Amino acid sequence: MNVVTNNKWIGQRTIRPDGMDKVTGRAQFAADFNMPGQIWGKILRSPHPHARIRGINTSKAEKLPGVKAVVTAKDIVDFPIEKGAVPLGIQDMRWMCRNVMAREKALFPGHPVAAVAATTEEIAAEACKLIEVDYEVLPWTIEIEDAIKPDAPVLHEWNKWEGKPSNIVGRLEHKKGDIAEGFKQADVVIERTFTTRPVHQGYIEPHACTISVAGDGKTTIWSSSQGQFMVRAMTSLLTGIPQSDIRAIPAEIGGGFGGKTIIYLEPIATMLAKKSGRPVKMVMTRDEVMRATGPTSASRSTVKIGATKDGRIVAARGTFYLQAGALPGSPIRGAAGCSFTPYDIPNLLSEGYDVCSNRSKVAAYRAPGAPIGAYAVECVMDEVAEALKIDPLDFRKINGAKEGTKASHGPVLPRIGYIETVEAAKASPHYNAPLGDGHGKPRGRGVASGFWFNAGGESSAQVNITEDGNVVVTTGHPDIGGSRAAIANICAELLGIDYSRVSVIIGDTQTVGFSNLTGGSRVLFASAMVVTQSTEKIIQTLRERAAKIWNIDPEAVKWENGAAHPSSPNAGQFEPLTLAELADKAPAMGGPIGAGVQLNTQGADGGYGTHVCDVEIDTDLGIARVIRYTAVQDVGRAIHPGYVEGQLQGGVVQGIGWALNEEYIYNKDGKVDNAGFLDYRMPVCSDMPMIDCIMVEIPNPKHPQGVKGVGEVPVVPVMAAVANAIYNALGIRFYSLPMSPPKISAALDANVKQAAE
Amino acid sequence: MAEIRYLAPRSLDEAIGAFAAAGSAARILAGGTDLLVQMRSGMVAPGVIVDIKKIPEMTTIEETSDGGFRIGAAVSGAVLAEHARFGKVWPGVLEAVNLIGSKQVQGRASAGGNLCNGSPAGDSVPAMIAAGAVVTVQGPNGRREMKVEEVPAGPGRTNLKPGEILVSFKLPPRPPGSGDAYLRMIPRTEMDIAVVGIGVSLTIKDGVCTAARVGLGAVAPTALLVEPAAKALIGTKLDAAALEKAAEACRAACRPIDDKRGTVAYRIKTAGVLLKRTVAIAAKRATEK
Ligand SMILES: Cc1cc2nc3c(=O)[nH]c(=O)nc-3n(C[C@H](O)[C@H](O)[C@H](O)COP(=O)(O)OP(=O)(O)OC[C@H]3O[C@@H](n4cnc5c(N)ncnc54)[C@H](O)[C@@H]3O)c2cc1C
Repeated sequence: MNVVTNNKWIGQRTIRPDGMDKVTGRAQFAADFNMPGQIWGKILRSPHPHARIRGINTSKAEKLPGVKAVVTAKDIVDFPIEKGAVPLGIQDMRWMCRNVMAREKALFPGHPVAAVAATTEEIAAEACKLIEVDYEVLPWTIEIEDAIKPDAPVLHEWNKWEGKPSNIVGRLEHKKGDIAEGFKQADVVIERTFTTRPVHQGYIEPHACTISVAGDGKTTIWSSSQGQFMVRAMTSLLTGIPQSDIRAIPAEIGGGFGGKTIIYLEPIATMLAKKSGRPVKMVMTRDEVMRATGPTSASRSTVKIGATKDGRIVAARGTFYLQAGALPGSPIRGAAGCSFTPYDIPNLLSEGYDVCSNRSKVAAYRAPGAPIGAYAVECVMDEVAEALKIDPLDFRKINGAKEGTKASHGPVLPRIGYIETVEAAKASPHYNAPLGDGHGKPRGRGVASGFWFNAGGESSAQVNITEDGNVVVTTGHPDIGGSRAAIANICAELLGIDYSRVSVIIGDTQTVGFSNLTGGSRVLFASAMVVTQSTEKIIQTLRERAAKIWNIDPEAVKWENGAAHPSSPNAGQFEPLTLAELADKAPAMGGPIGAGVQLNTQGADGGYGTHVCDVEIDTDLGIARVIRYTAVQDVGRAIHPGYVEGQLQGGVVQGIGWALNEEYIYNKDGKVDNAGFLDYRMPVCSDMPMIDCIMVEIPNPKHPQGVKGVGEVPVVPVMAAVANAIYNALGIRFYSLPMSPPKISAALDANVKQAAE
Repeated sequence: MAEIRYLAPRSLDEAIGAFAAAGSAARILAGGTDLLVQMRSGMVAPGVIVDIKKIPEMTTIEETSDGGFRIGAAVSGAVLAEHARFGKVWPGVLEAVNLIGSKQVQGRASAGGNLCNGSPAGDSVPAMIAAGAVVTVQGPNGRREMKVEEVPAGPGRTNLKPGEILVSFKLPPRPPGSGDAYLRMIPRTEMDIAVVGIGVSLTIKDGVCTAARVGLGAVAPTALLVEPAAKALIGTKLDAAALEKAAEACRAACRPIDDKRGTVAYRIKTAGVLLKRTVAIAAKRATEK
């Protein structure tokens, strides 16, 4: 499984550099930073799902003793809609500026309309109540079915669909072959419609920042995010302060899962700090996080798959409607683009529709869109396999994509490890074990697969040798999944020194080169490349220094076990020069030793996983519990197996929550009715079995260590694996999430009733 | 901005005086696991907080000479669990109290706070009702006793008079052959709020149920004593027909709402299921001794 050959550190479960601080409470998260003289910012949020803002009067709030500044949309740079897209990563600044602070209209309950900074949090909150907003309350729409009706209230009148104002704000299509012809060849065709609810990323750390704007305009931001450069760029665009004047310092991050790839507070706090001349601190409450930061989309998907008797899929069609929330940008690319990629399907049509509605703007969530699409596709795959009487894993293997397959989303696939994940699942102890006796509680087993694109992109690193001969590596990506430990493994391996001599830190925007955000499962792929190249440059320098000292040719020096050696006896007889010795001699031999590399990394390979899930059901209460789970994934190469497993396990747990209990519930006024962890039911530890991991290692040949992204794939197959297992236990298929106790119970009762009739 | 005065009196009389003097602006603080959460969320903003954890009578457990127990209203779940005998006599009450929250919450949360918070879903309340617990309350006009089921008045409200403090719970002596149990339905396995909760206390003699009490939570504005369910059990051998009759009585007692925590139909059905399961555990405990 996890074969490590000739490596000392790559593949080792080293202790993470940030571990001690985190378990002892010493780590500095966003809300832990304070500055002398700091004041507090609070946001006034719209109580209405949809309302035109006719005017805002802040004069009473400004007069309240203790209030130092008030900010409204007037203080945030506008990106006019008619001037066209201003992209920044996957975001469009036209939507970002309106999401950070409502402009023409408030588009969801919780949408910021103004903000206050005051000497205490309480005064700021009190001042918010004194702000008078003249709203023209408008009819609203939240659910996809309602929002796409012809007579639905339209959020953005400028948006036209088929010539009329509409909430459908985007469409994407992937096409291959001719589906009409393909379905004609099929012996079995199954078409189903599925719905999922919005679910939140559920990071434990709420959004928070402390921001200082000095008299000369120099701005410092302490916040936690998935990208300090994203924070700097967006804040710059929304405040007009040049990037060179904004230093964004990344705090430790208490979870993001995609939800911290955009900003909410920083531009507001920056303007409050600028206007007041005081450092401003803002910390969201959990309620604000749940109401106003992005959960992922609700969805409505229809999937049709046709196959011949021998188990070959001949045609497939998927139509995925995803809820974008207040402003365009739902992850239709992930849903329409990823769901069919594990399979070689000759005739395919996959479409995605982006639907606006009066809920908070969607934010990325782990493999955005892909789990939604996979839920529908993988459940239909299960039904087709059943109809054909083929083992569901065999069915997937027969149709599995491999090197040379033209993927629905365009590319011809390189050497991929999908089929290997299916084979490993089939051979796993789990798949071959009996389900066991549930003592009256039916048990079932389900499988499902999933794919995620994975990404490369820009990364920078600086590797410096300290005067005492140790190593400091600086990279530009917030570490959410253990990347510091993995980078230290790689650097220690290359230099041939002990892991503990390598210290990896995350630089701020003004001390390390541009690095794109932590997302798309890109961080280790990209940062390993720049760290490797930097370290190789250092090794070259070290060889040159030794050559100079020995007065031989640099080519005659080799670097091994942390020291320079003559490459062969012919090169001469010299005692090895260690890293520490060369560092000591550095001043005399050419100066400090260090190297930096900046790249727009290319060559990321997609990731594939196949999961096996067992459930047990308390039929009297409708409670489904996952009792055994195995996640198989092609991980490229597990640089740090412990954190690769951590990613797999974490993704599975989030998927189980999505499958069984998590959902946004809206009340009749269009407000979130469960904006807290009591009623937004994320899984707790005791809900989970140990999640077993099988890491299939098919190295990426375009990467120096063979790395593939691993963080997002593991959430993709989960909801389908759970749904298929529940079907296997009960003989009932569920076409909507979550499969919560009342829903399972009602379905069982309906079955009993039907049987009786 | 609003100032809060914090008082921690050492005696009950002092507490009563301070609480009554502060009027409606005052709140009693036991473990604070409800009160502090409510203050943080802006639901309540007391001007005076009277902490009762420094008052001996409210923080001690006493086994009375007749074999009953007197539990101070502010005794935490963790302290109750450490008592040498309580859990042997009232395992159902103890498991209900210990279900509240997590380890951390257990170090603070009290049965008194659980009852006075007035949540229809408070876990210890149905178990206390089933146990036939009586509470002592004291106010400016002296002491009185109330049955637990008489305390809640509706969501977030109690029948305590202004200025009254809940002092202690009194649990009666246990005849031989008695057992109690508490079960709740939650979608997760812990750290959740009951969708339905049921406490059952039974006495069994020669295989026949001679006494029974059933408390039902989270299915009506207050936790309920379900007498018809108890009647359906008394005099039977707890056979399937008796259990079904008692389950039906529980279902009939439900007056739930459709909300984010469960549908009406689901709650009603679950009340019946849990009744049967809880009786089975209580009966096992009654006959095992
Ligand atoms: C994380 C978490 C998990 C939780 N899980 C559960 C759970 O599983 N089940 C459950 O039932 N509850 C749960 N709760 C709620 C809470 O812990 C319980 O209701 C607990 O029993 C309250 O007790 P306390 O001593 O902390 O009460 P406090 O918060 O101190 O008081 C609660 C209320 O009662 C009043 N009060 C307290 N004592 C008296 C008295 N002696 N006389 C008059 N008034 C009084 C207070 O003024 C206040 O209004 C949870 C809370 C948290 C924070």
